[in-house]
Amino acid sequence: MLIGTIVDGIVIDHIPAGRGMELYKYLELDKLSCEVALIKNAPSEKRGKKDILKINDIIDLNFDLLGYVDPGITVDIIRGGKRVEKLHPELPEVIRGVIHCKNPRCITQVEQELEHVFRLTDREKKVYRCIYCDTRAK
Amino acid sequence: MSDIRHLIDISTLTVEEIDALIKTALDIIENPAKYSEKCRGKKLATLFYEPSTRTRLSFESAMLELGGSVIGFSEAQSSSASKGESVADTAKVISCFADIIAMRHPLEGAPMVAALNASIPVINAGDGGHNHPTQTLTDLLTIYREKGRLGHMTVGCCGDLKFGRTVHSLIAAMSRYEGVDFVLISPEELRVPENVRNDILKANNIPYRETESLLEAMPDLDILYMTRVQRERFISEADYVRLKDTYIMTPDKLMDAKETLSILHPLPRVNEISVAVDKDPRACYFRQVLNGKYIRMALILMLLGVK
Repeated sequence: MLIGTIVDGIVIDHIPAGRGMELYKYLELDKLSCEVALIKNAPSEKRGKKDILKINDIIDLNFDLLGYVDPGITVDIIRGGKRVEKLHPELPEVIRGVIHCKNPRCITQVEQELEHVFRLTDREKKVYRCIYCDTRAK
Repeated sequence: MSDIRHLIDISTLTVEEIDALIKTALDIIENPAKYSEKCRGKKLATLFYEPSTRTRLSFESAMLELGGSVIGFSEAQSSSASKGESVADTAKVISCFADIIAMRHPLEGAPMVAALNASIPVINAGDGGHNHPTQTLTDLLTIYREKGRLGHMTVGCCGDLKFGRTVHSLIAAMSRYEGVDFVLISPEELRVPENVRNDILKANNIPYRETESLLEAMPDLDILYMTRVQRERFISEADYVRLKDTYIMTPDKLMDAKETLSILHPLPRVNEISVAVDKDPRACYFRQVLNGKYIRMALILMLLGVK
């Protein structure tokens, strides 16, 4: 499959297969006016399959969100058709407004304007808990 | 959050801070007159969105005995919450009137929201089934006063260990002291949740065993922390009927207990401790209520920065 070469833009690579669309939604890429390509199930040496997002513009990315989805994701910054930077998002300590608390007894379920905030409580097991009620993110 | 100190979760207090609070509480007990004017001119706002007899009155009497005064409400219907005001807005408004807030709310995390928005200290006075840190401080002061120490003892927790927030917090707090082991006494259906077993007990190599038999566990115990087994927690009515009487404390069940045993209960009790046990000197639960006032006095002083 052929996707046009990026001159100035971003390639989000090594997305776990099947999670590209989720990331597309989280990053609100549907709101961009530039070309965006989602490649699903691309061959990967490490994982067998991976998803890739190509964005034909250099935009501000939420690296916390990328790290939360998978710290194995890489971000290539392309300028003048060449990769000028390769970035590795890290698992963020706090993640805001991305995941929602499912605990029906949590204050966030009633006070709708409260920002849903989760903090990392176990880096090894990648456990995030709601800062209000301590419920584990699923 | 700013530099203002709040108490939302007991785990945010260090062992040293807990020890300091206990030390202050003991000094208050010994020298009440020394503290009777410490909070003169200060106001405590008790924001209770659901009814509570003990906790609210304990906070209020604590502030009054420090020479301060109290404002607040005792149910959501008599507050602006009934008009739809958010907890965040209420916290900002009350910050204009009072010096410290004690909040009880049926929803988990409400006091945290208050703390994030208030410009005065916020104390969590119970948020649903989540946290109740001043109950844990009360329990720790009681154990200290009864035993003269917080380490080197066998603590039995009995009853509903699955949903009982006070038990989870007590296990977490006592696990930080040396030489503590636990006997967890409950029906299979109401055992401590996995996170307590794995994240607290196993993660810290705390010795513990689980049993369904209170009688079997009794001779080993230095502390027995009773909780209520509630009918609504059981899926099967037959299981409830089979197990409910097992966890009712009666004088005959104390036959094999140590003379130095201390029986605690966060109260209110319904029928899980027979009134006949009240006369036994090992029953500490009413002394525990009194300790709650002293430790809350110490906490108010600490959070207000009053020396």
